[in-house]
Amino acid sequence: MLLAKIVGTVVATRKDSRLDGSKLLVVRPMDPRGKAEGNYLVAVDTVDAGVGETVLIVSGSSARMASGLKDCPVDAAIVGIIDTVDMNE
Amino acid sequence: MQLARVIGDVVMTRKDESLAGITLLIVQPLTPEGEPAGRPLVAVDAVGAGVGEEVFFVRGKEASFPFYPAEPPVDAGIVGIVDRWDLG
Repeated sequence: MLLAKIVGTVVATRKDSRLDGSKLLVVRPMDPRGKAEGNYLVAVDTVDAGVGETVLIVSGSSARMASGLKDCPVDAAIVGIIDTVDMNE
Repeated sequence: MQLARVIGDVVMTRKDESLAGITLLIVQPLTPEGEPAGRPLVAVDAVGAGVGEEVFFVRGKEASFPFYPAEPPVDAGIVGIVDRWDLG
């Protein structure tokens, strides 16, 4: 899983019917120290997250195991909102 | 599977229900020489690992298998704590 910051929202009217009602957000992956890295992703939100929050992203077929996404055509899901990250350095 | 070192932990209150009670750790993948290799990531812990330990972890849907019959939405999971490794 990756840590990411939510940076925006996506609105799509015409889409796969299994995505009806899904909330799509634009997220920017970041390293555990908070530095942005890698490409922006579109992820389905399953925990009612919002812009500016730090979240946990699950990728690949595992994303379909998130609540409400069974058999949905998705490869990235937001499954939690991060409270704290502690690093041993 | 990949070798890694546990370098931190993550706390979440609001999360997918099936993640309740599952520990989330930050792992840094390692080369066979023990040097960092690539980006750190978040992995679930299935073996009671802790910060500072060397472990191996699995990627993909298989990361959820230790929690069967639950199917938490996870794509990386620690499945072993490494005592030592030897290179021929």
